[in-house]
Amino acid sequence: MTATDVPGLEVRTAEPRFEGRRGRWVGASIPRHEDPRLLTGRGRFVDDIALTGMLHAGFVRATVAHARVTGIDLSATRAVAGVVAAYDAADLALGDIVALLDRPAEEFTPTAMPILAKDKVRFVGEPLAIVIARDPYAVEDGIEAAVVEHEVLDAIVDEATALRASTRVHDEAPDNVLLDVSMFDTPGVDEAFSHAHVTVEVTTRSGRQNALPLETRGVVASWDARDDQLLVQTCTQVPHQVRTLVARCLDVPERTVRVTVPDMGGGFGQKCVVGREEVAVAAVARRLHRPVKWIEDRREALTAGFLAREQTYRTRAAFDADGHITALDVDVVCDMGAYSCYPFTAGIEPLMASAEMPSVYRVPAYRVRGRALTSNKAPTAPYRGVSRPQYVMAIERVMEKAARALDLDPVEVRRRNVITEFPYTGVNAVTYDPGTYRESLDLAEATIREEGWYDVRASDDRAIGIGFCCFSERTGYGSEAFAKRKMTVVPGFDLSEIRMDTTGAVVVTSGTMNHGQSHETTFAQIVADRLSIDVDRVKLRQGDTERIAYGWGTFASRSVTIGGSAVALASERLGELLCRVAAHLLETRPENVAMDGDGGVVQLDDPTRRLTYEEIADVAYLRSHLLPKDVEPALTATASFDVPGDGTFSNATHAVVVEADRGTGAIRILRYVCVEDCGVVIHPQVVDGQCRGGIAQGIAGALFEEVTYDEHGEPSAASFIDYLVPTVTEIPDVSISHLETPCAFTENGAKGAGEGGTIGAPAAVLNAVNDALRHTGVELDVTPIHPRTVLSALEGGL
Amino acid sequence: MNDPHLLSLTVNGTEEEVLVEPRRTLADVLRHDLRLTGTHVGCEHGVCGACTVLVDDAPVRACLMFAVQAEGADVRTVESLDDGVRLSDLQQSFSEHHALQCGFCTPGFLMLAEGVLAESPDAEREEIREALSANLCRCTGYQTIVDAVHATATSRRETTA
Ligand code: FES
Ligand code: FES
Repeated sequence: MTATDVPGLEVRTAEPRFEGRRGRWVGASIPRHEDPRLLTGRGRFVDDIALTGMLHAGFVRATVAHARVTGIDLSATRAVAGVVAAYDAADLALGDIVALLDRPAEEFTPTAMPILAKDKVRFVGEPLAIVIARDPYAVEDGIEAAVVEHEVLDAIVDEATALRASTRVHDEAPDNVLLDVSMFDTPGVDEAFSHAHVTVEVTTRSGRQNALPLETRGVVASWDARDDQLLVQTCTQVPHQVRTLVARCLDVPERTVRVTVPDMGGGFGQKCVVGREEVAVAAVARRLHRPVKWIEDRREALTAGFLAREQTYRTRAAFDADGHITALDVDVVCDMGAYSCYPFTAGIEPLMASAEMPSVYRVPAYRVRGRALTSNKAPTAPYRGVSRPQYVMAIERVMEKAARALDLDPVEVRRRNVITEFPYTGVNAVTYDPGTYRESLDLAEATIREEGWYDVRASDDRAIGIGFCCFSERTGYGSEAFAKRKMTVVPGFDLSEIRMDTTGAVVVTSGTMNHGQSHETTFAQIVADRLSIDVDRVKLRQGDTERIAYGWGTFASRSVTIGGSAVALASERLGELLCRVAAHLLETRPENVAMDGDGGVVQLDDPTRRLTYEEIADVAYLRSHLLPKDVEPALTATASFDVPGDGTFSNATHAVVVEADRGTGAIRILRYVCVEDCGVVIHPQVVDGQCRGGIAQGIAGALFEEVTYDEHGEPSAASFIDYLVPTVTEIPDVSISHLETPCAFTENGAKGAGEGGTIGAPAAVLNAVNDALRHTGVELDVTPIHPRTVLSALEGGL
Repeated sequence: MNDPHLLSLTVNGTEEEVLVEPRRTLADVLRHDLRLTGTHVGCEHGVCGACTVLVDDAPVRACLMFAVQAEGADVRTVESLDDGVRLSDLQQSFSEHHALQCGFCTPGFLMLAEGVLAESPDAEREEIREALSANLCRCTGYQTIVDAVHATATSRRETTA
C-alpha cells in the first residue's frame, strides 16, 4: 500500500526539498513488522515471562495520605503459607531516588523518594514493604497480614492548603513548593498592559489524569551468577535510566545490572520515569538469588502509579485595537504530588510551560512564574504532551476571549498573531524552525467552512459550537535544549550500531524504546532506503542495555527525529564501508562504485561489474585476508546523533464541532479535523495512528478522566468504574490532512509526531463547548468538562 | 475451601486437564497454567476486555470467570486464529488498517470481533462500533479497529454470498 492509497489521507508535499531522503520505503505505509506476533498472541509482554523458580512480589501500601510511620510489623506476613520473605525499608537499606536540578536554593528544593517509605508516608498507595511469595494469591494474603502503625497528619490536597499550611509534605520545603522560577520578565510588560486596548484574563485548570497504558507496570528481575549480573526485565520507556538508577540505589557497579524490555502495552510517559517498585524488585532478586516478578494491578496503577496534568494557569494578555497581542503575563502552578520523579524532577512541567507558553504566537513582552507544588497525592510523571496541553489550552482560551472582547472572529485573531516568518526567535529566546502554523489554521477553517458547519451552527436548534486550537510541539529535544532546563541528568543524544551478517541481513540497534510507535517498521524503512535493500532484511533491536552503550529511550517525540537520525547515519556509514570494500575487490577507485539499489555495489564505468552485499560480506567475515589493508574485518558501523540548538517543532491545527445536549449536558463530537505537519512522514498510517490515538487521549482529558481526592487525600478512582476511560462510543472518527515542512537538521527530515494529538484536543474541545454555550453567558475554563456544568449553563442556572 | 479441583476443558481444540484452586480465574489458567499468554489482563475487574476469549462461541471476560466455571467448556483464544503460517482474514485486516499499536488490547478485540461477526454477520459499521464499545484501547483512538472489523464483515459477506 502506498501513501496515497490510504483512505482519507491526503499527502501534500510543499516542495520536494528532501529529494534523496525519501526512497522506496520511507513514505510508504508498509505492513508493520510488529504485527504478526502481536496479532497471533505471540508477543512477549512482561507478565508473559515465566522463569524457573520464579517468586512473586507485591507491596504493602499506605492506606492514609499523610502520616508518621511508627511501626511496621511483618511477622504475621512472614507466617502466611506460601510467603517466602517480606522486607521493609530498613531491611533492604537501599539508596533513595534523588532527581536534581542545577538551580539555586531559592528556585529548587531537592527532595528524596525512598524506595520504600521510611518514617513517613506521603500518599495513599505509597509502598511501605515488599512481600515475596510462591504465587500471587499468597502475596495478597501476605499483604493483608501486615500491620502498619502510624500517626495521621493533615493532608495537603490542593493549592490553597499547600501554600498556607503549616503541615509540610517534605521538611525541606517549608511552603510545599519544590520549584519556583520566574524564567522571563522581558521589558515592556507593564507598559503594554497600561496601554492595552483590551486586557483578557483567564484562569484555566486541568484535572489530574492517569496516562493509563493498558498494560500496567511490571518487572521480572533475576540473578545470573555466571554473568555476575542482575537481569531486570521491565516495561520501561527508558531502559538505560533504569539501569543507572538501580545500580545507584543498590550501590553496585552499573556493569552488574542489565535491563531488557519485552513488548510493551503502551507507556505515554508514565513509564519514562524510574519506578521505585522496579528498584525494590531488583534488589530482592539480587538478595534472594531467585527470579522475582511484580505486576502492578489496576487499582495500584490508578492510585499509586504516576499521575499527571493537574495544573492551573492564571493568564493575563494585553491586546491592541487591531487584535495583536502585546504582552503575556502568566502564573503557572503544577501540583506534582508527593515526590520528584527521576530523571526529570518535579520541575519539568512548570519549566516546560514557562519556556514555551507563547506557543505559536508573536508575543512581544512576556512575564512568567512557574511553580511546582508538592502534595499528598500520587507523584506525577511527564504524560504525553507534558504541560503543553495545559499551556496551549491557556493561550487558546486567551485567543477566544480576545476575539469576543474585540468582536472579531476567533480564527482571525489567531491569524493576526500567528508566527509566519521562520526561523523565528521568540521573546522566550527559543528559535522556531519553519512550520505551517498559518497554513494549517487556514486549511482547518476552510475544511469546516466547506463542509457547512458554520451554517449548521447558525441555523440549528441544537447547541452547536465550533472550536479551534493552533499549536506547535517542540520534538526531538537535544542535549542543548534540555541543558537549558538545568537538569543534572541531561537527555539528548542517541546511539546506533548497525551490522550486516554473512547473509546480507541487517541488525540495527537504537537507544530509543518502542512501546507502540512502530519503530521496528519505521526504523527499518530508514535503514532499507539508505542501504537500498528490502525492508524485510532489517531487524531493529532495542530495549537491551547490553546491546548499546547508552540511550535515552522514548519520550518527547524524540525517537524518529533523534534515534531515527542516528540509525540513518549508521546505515550511511555501513553503505560507505560496503562501497569501499567492493571497490577494492573490483580493483577500481572508490569514487567509481555506488550502491545499485538492488542489494549490490556496481562499478559505475562498467555496470557489468557488480558485487552483491552477500559477496562483500563473505569477504568481510570469512575471507578477511582479501580486505583492503586499512579496513578492519566485519561489516559494522556506529553513529550518534543529537539535535542542535532549540530542536524542531511539529505543528497542527485541530478543529472540532460539538453539540451540547440540552437534555443531559453531555458533549457529543460531531466532527473532528486535524491538519498536521510533522515534517517528512516515514509511514503515513503510523503518523495517522499517532494523531488519532493522541486525540482520543486529549478528548479523554477534556471530557471524562479525572482522579480527584477528598480532604484526607483519599483518591476517588480505584477502578475503571470510577475512572472513566472513553470507549469507541465517545471517540469520534478523525480526518487528518498532512502538510509537510521537512526538518532541516534531522537526518530524515522528520519532526516527530508522538504527542500532537494529545496537545491540541483539550483546547479545541473546550473552545468548541464554549462556542456551543455562547448564548448562555457562561464560559468554562476547566477540564474535564462535566455534563452537569454544561447542563446548568444551558438551563441558565449558573 | 481452597482445595484444588481437577478441571477438564477444551482449549483451541485440545482437551486439557488442570488442577486449580477454586479462586483461580480462567485468565490465570489460560495464561499461567496452559502458557497461552496471548490473552491479556488489563484490569482484572471486567471493564477493559483485554482478556476476552470465546467460551462456547460467546465472548467472555476471562478475568471475571473462575476457571472451575469453564468445566467442560470449549474455549477459544487468540492463539487459535492463525493457521501457523498465515494470519486469519480478521488479523490481516487489523494489520492492513493499522488497528493495533502496542497490541496489548488486540487479542481481546480480535476475540470480541469474532464473537460479534459470528453473532451478527450482517452488522454494518454503526452496529460494529456499538459492539466494540465493550473493550478499551488506549493507543488507536478506535477508528481503525472499527474499520478493520467492518472490512472483514464485508469481505466475509462477499465470499459467502
Ligand atoms: S482484564 Fe478482564 S476485563 Fe480487563
Ligand atoms: S493498541 Fe495499545 S491498547 Fe490498543
